[in-house]
Amino acid sequence: MYKKYLILMMLLCSFTIIAQEHFPKNDGVKSKNTNYTAFTNAKIYVTPTQIIEKGTLLIKDGKVVASGTSVTIPKNSVIINISGKSIYPSFIDMYSGFGIEKPKRPARSGRASQYDASREGFYWNDHVMPEQDAIDDFKFNEKSASELRKAGFGVVNSHMQDGIVRGTGILVALTDEGGDSERIIDGRSGQYLSLSKSVKSKQSYPTSTMGALALLRQMYYDADWYAKGGSKAKDRSLEALNTNKNLVQIIAAGSKLNDVRVDKVGDQFGIQYVILGGGDEYERINEIKATNAAYILPINFPKAYDVENTFLASVLELDDMREWNQKPSNPKALADNGISFALTTHSLKSPKDFKPNLLKALKYGLDKTKALEALTTVPSQLLGKSNSLGSLKNGAYANFLITSGEIFDKKTTLYENWVKGHKNVLESMTVKDIRGDYTFNFGNKSYDLSISGELNKLKSKVKSGDNELGSKLSYKDDWINLTFTSTDTTKQEYFRLTSKVNNTENLSGKVILPNGNETSFFAKKAPKEDTEDKKKGEKPDTDKDVKTMPLTYPNGAYGFSELPKQETILFKNATVWTNEKEGIIENTDVLIKNGKIAAIGNNLSSKGAKVIDATGKHLTSGIIDEHTHIATSGVNEAGHNSSAEVTIEDVINPEDIGIYRNLAGGVTSMQILHGSANPIGGRSAIIKLKWGESADNLLYKNSPKFIKFALGENVKQSNWQSFSRFPQTRMGVEQLYIDYFTRAKEYDARKKSGKPYRKDIEMDVLSEILNKERYITCHSYVQSEINMLMKVADKFNFKVNTFTHILDGYKVADKMKAHGVGASTFSDWWAYKFEVNDAIPYNAAIMHNVGVVTAINSDSAEMSRRLNQEAAKSVKYGGVSEEDAWKFVTLNPAKLLHIDDKVGSIKVGKDADVVLWSDNPLSVYAKAEKTIIEGVTYFDIEHDKQSREDIKKEKSELISMMLKDKNKGLKTQPVKKKDKPELHCDSL
Amino acid sequence: MNNYKYISAILMLCLTLTFAQQTPAPVQTEAFTIVGATAHIGNGKIIENSIIIVENGKITACANGLTSKIAYKGKVIDAKGKHVYPGFIAPNTTLGLQEIGAVRATNDTKEIGTMNPHIRSIIAYNAESKVVESMRPNGVLIGQITPRGGTISGTSSIVQFDAWNWEDATLKVDDAIHLNWPRSFTRGRWWLGEDPGLKANKNYTKQVLNINAFILESKAYLKGNKATKNLPYDAMQGLFNGSQKLFVHVNDEKGITDAVDFAKTNGITNMIIVGGYQANKVADLLKANNISVLVMRTQSRPNSDDDDYDFPYKLAKLLVDQGILVGLQNSGGMERANARNLPFQAGQVVGQGMNKEEALKLITSNTAKILGIDSDYGTLEAGKSATLFISEGDALDMRTNILTHAFIDGRAISLESHQTELWKRYSNKYKGE
Repeated sequence: MYKKYLILMMLLCSFTIIAQEHFPKNDGVKSKNTNYTAFTNAKIYVTPTQIIEKGTLLIKDGKVVASGTSVTIPKNSVIINISGKSIYPSFIDMYSGFGIEKPKRPARSGRASQYDASREGFYWNDHVMPEQDAIDDFKFNEKSASELRKAGFGVVNSHMQDGIVRGTGILVALTDEGGDSERIIDGRSGQYLSLSKSVKSKQSYPTSTMGALALLRQMYYDADWYAKGGSKAKDRSLEALNTNKNLVQIIAAGSKLNDVRVDKVGDQFGIQYVILGGGDEYERINEIKATNAAYILPINFPKAYDVENTFLASVLELDDMREWNQKPSNPKALADNGISFALTTHSLKSPKDFKPNLLKALKYGLDKTKALEALTTVPSQLLGKSNSLGSLKNGAYANFLITSGEIFDKKTTLYENWVKGHKNVLESMTVKDIRGDYTFNFGNKSYDLSISGELNKLKSKVKSGDNELGSKLSYKDDWINLTFTSTDTTKQEYFRLTSKVNNTENLSGKVILPNGNETSFFAKKAPKEDTEDKKKGEKPDTDKDVKTMPLTYPNGAYGFSELPKQETILFKNATVWTNEKEGIIENTDVLIKNGKIAAIGNNLSSKGAKVIDATGKHLTSGIIDEHTHIATSGVNEAGHNSSAEVTIEDVINPEDIGIYRNLAGGVTSMQILHGSANPIGGRSAIIKLKWGESADNLLYKNSPKFIKFALGENVKQSNWQSFSRFPQTRMGVEQLYIDYFTRAKEYDARKKSGKPYRKDIEMDVLSEILNKERYITCHSYVQSEINMLMKVADKFNFKVNTFTHILDGYKVADKMKAHGVGASTFSDWWAYKFEVNDAIPYNAAIMHNVGVVTAINSDSAEMSRRLNQEAAKSVKYGGVSEEDAWKFVTLNPAKLLHIDDKVGSIKVGKDADVVLWSDNPLSVYAKAEKTIIEGVTYFDIEHDKQSREDIKKEKSELISMMLKDKNKGLKTQPVKKKDKPELHCDSL
Repeated sequence: MNNYKYISAILMLCLTLTFAQQTPAPVQTEAFTIVGATAHIGNGKIIENSIIIVENGKITACANGLTSKIAYKGKVIDAKGKHVYPGFIAPNTTLGLQEIGAVRATNDTKEIGTMNPHIRSIIAYNAESKVVESMRPNGVLIGQITPRGGTISGTSSIVQFDAWNWEDATLKVDDAIHLNWPRSFTRGRWWLGEDPGLKANKNYTKQVLNINAFILESKAYLKGNKATKNLPYDAMQGLFNGSQKLFVHVNDEKGITDAVDFAKTNGITNMIIVGGYQANKVADLLKANNISVLVMRTQSRPNSDDDDYDFPYKLAKLLVDQGILVGLQNSGGMERANARNLPFQAGQVVGQGMNKEEALKLITSNTAKILGIDSDYGTLEAGKSATLFISEGDALDMRTNILTHAFIDGRAISLESHQTELWKRYSNKYKGE
């Protein structure tokens, strides 16, 4: 009976909660509460910059009615005087997964890759799900809501954190009361995107960041084409994408490099994304600013590494150590540069970690007003809800926090978090402070009671004379319950004391004695001693001044503290390897000025030039590596057998230490190639090794266009268990090319005809090849396939520009010469797979002798820094002259890359990309002493020595700082070293 | 050019008769004398205008031709302006154990299991490997064929590179046992969704204990009556009686220190460190215990972004400067095909300021000492095997490492290979047109 009653009561309650105007009511009369609630005498932050002292906040029906100092309080108001306390708009997290369960990756079944989509009637790629609406998967989670409220949040914008296009988000008020009808502020609040695939689908494409970027571009083209009625088939994804077009577009980029990458995609399609950053934006703040995007910043600042074990600590790298030291300054860096940003709990383990991390950011100089804006007005504005969220202006939702003081103060208590007018008490505002020392007597004995600790977690200490007694105290709703042991320790006896607190000066109530008898007690509070309080309080924060290490470019080992400048340099008396008809000339001066080679001759002089005595040294043009995979965040897009739509230019990584090490090997330019996973690979990036510069500044301006093709074992997927992808044979490879080029030809014809067509990036790129606007560098090994590709090219009336690797080139050198294709080969690699069984180190010499433009490349981050030696092997293997051998790694690759008008030789007017060598550059004993690009010294062996010392010093200082953190009792993380794999042709 | 035509014409003739591999040279029957060359002895010394007399596979004289009056014996090889070197030695190599990297069927480098001292590389060594014969034109004439994998990979043997079969090739059978010391750091298993970075190896202590336990068990077994044969324990005997060496493959400071301690504790006196990336940090310890190091490839990338870009180039020098006996080895990616670059790996150290003759020791006499074959190999000294070659120029520099003659135990071996044959075949194809 009682149970039934309870259920009925609960039902009743729930009905009243979700009662709405248009809902019938059968459990009583329709009653409406039209009262107001007024908070008086509060310091009110209407917005982060509009602050009212001793003001009144008047709310009704979940909204702010008025705020100010002269608010008229209607008679039917419940008045709450919160004198001395502050009211803030509650926080908004616009990058949340609240209430939406992340899908789990299904157990893997088999290892075969899935190339096609799993869905029908949707986009061809499973990872594009704009039709997904978070509201469909939303289930209010009281536990998470409570955690978020404790951290100060009132509203979150949640979404399905899965897939590349994730569909719409949902804006939710974190109130347990009121049901979804009240909680859901907006069911279609923004569209979310990322560069990560859905775990729900095994569809392989895209396997890379550049693939994800290309997919986004193609998707936007397709959406436009679909909107124009181009498609006969129904595509619910594209329809949704078009519907969601006017929502705010929020993309998870997750790192400074990706921030810039996604912004470029947005720019291309007139979309300004709001970008979820990686917290490392401070390292490249100018580029971040140039995106003009607003950011959502995670504040999961790394913990110090546990460096006590010196062996373990020795693997820590400077950039990771600096990350710990510098990352908390990220929000400040954005604020200082006028970049708009919101803060998020995303990537924190728990909302509990939010405040400590935020306090850290403030300690590192983030302005408090900016911090408050990042949690209130900025997100509300980004979500288009400035009028209703993020402030306490009239008409806004009554989402606010009541605090004991300044919200970002460590000691401040957050009392209440009101969400849409619903009160959530976190700490009682009326709780009486009973902390102090008391004395009381009963049963002929005197007891001393001392109560200390946090108000919500009090500690007690009971003494009788000199005996300390075991005790336990609970304090709730003004009731104290204290249990303590008797002085006779041989017995297990307890005194139980109960007291209702009426004032904070003394306690009185009853004691239940061990024998069951009750007696009363009265305890008087001792007067407060200031000194006592200080002693017990937390240790004062002694290191208020945080020390952040200075940034370098790039921000790690061997980075420049300031980017080096172009200089006028005069090399005196060098042996100059001109690569021109002058050949190798001794005792010669070379002047470089304005980034160009200005003069070559004897007795040159130039005012203001830095003069370098190059007596006994050799000056050459910089080495050019036709085939490398360093300085990129990915090599292969292996999700399709053709990936012409991707480009390495999208994913340059200007921070790869390989750049610096290659400079130290005299390399100044390189072609970063897509890998060899597909017959039609991706487009290349041709860069100069301008260490410290941004990704974009590494790229050649007006770069010749290249694409990687590949033949043989890799594209057939011969060396691993893969049997489902076409082609599996060299026969299939030929047909694949014919198929793609045939289609590209048709596509191009239609495009040129002016008729409507579906824009296809892949076909555009292939058309460029047909139109002789783009060159092919083709990974190739055996003669049959080399011959085949030349025949395919002939058939479609273009030329293959370069065969790279081309280890069987010597067998078809005559045919290559006739076709006009160049060769870029290894000096002496072989025996690593079956198709290189006939690879010989004489290959370069034979091709060269036949008249093929021949280069020697690396395809290896290690070998590229010794390409001078690799060239020298052609002197040994095949007797190539030293002058010609040197061209294998300088002028010839420049020719193959069509950049020989700028680089590749020492000639007046060409770029001042030169290297000063200690010895004959072909000698194994030679060292690059200076590597200069466009007159800027990017590597100097003396500067390198200095850097080594600096690195050692800085690391040791950082170690001390980490030890200090640990000694302070702060949490640490175990030592680890990030994975920075060397990338090859077949890296995935 | 004429000369070249002449040579190629002869070669074309030969080609019709040659098979895939070069035919091993017959035993030396006639004495010969190399006259006029700069002899790089391999012990740090040079003799200009040298006379080197070879009889019955041995060097019987190596002297200064200007100061000593020794009568030439047998055929005279005029090597004026040329250089003679002892044959280079490639320790810790899998040459002959795998022909083609990507073809599993050709792979005999690694056995399953963790404690495999009984696994012997020699019986899988393919004396007719095309990769092996490609070593010789660069002067690499001897190798220590070493199995990979497991904790104790197995037992290596030392071979020369011109032989009909493995028995024929063997210079020293079962010379050493190879132990891969547990790593202080392990990589996350990315395929299980773990961070692929380096983390402290939680199982390090356990793994070290396992090795210790195996040693104790082996010793106990060897003291017993061995009524029931235990092949792995039995194979450890040589280590304890001093007839075999222990090569410990380890790179980090802590691992090296622990390994040295391990060897001392277990009474293993013949220990060599292989890899030794951080060996310079514990040089004093190594020196005090007379432990030599086969350093990692000089031509490799530093382990850390923070390390000196040329650290691997100079590690050998750092150790030699501290009085440690150092040799070079070439394990790593594409290690078999790349082993022919051993001379240039030594040349790389010269670029860091090491004397050329000192660098030569890294691939000749030092390695011979480390492998325990220095009584016969590693230098051009009277009484040693005539395993040597003549180069047109400096053999540590790729431009001038051009061999005209090579000998193993006095046998004049072929300097041709599958590769030189293809070179000549196709050069002639285009010449003929």
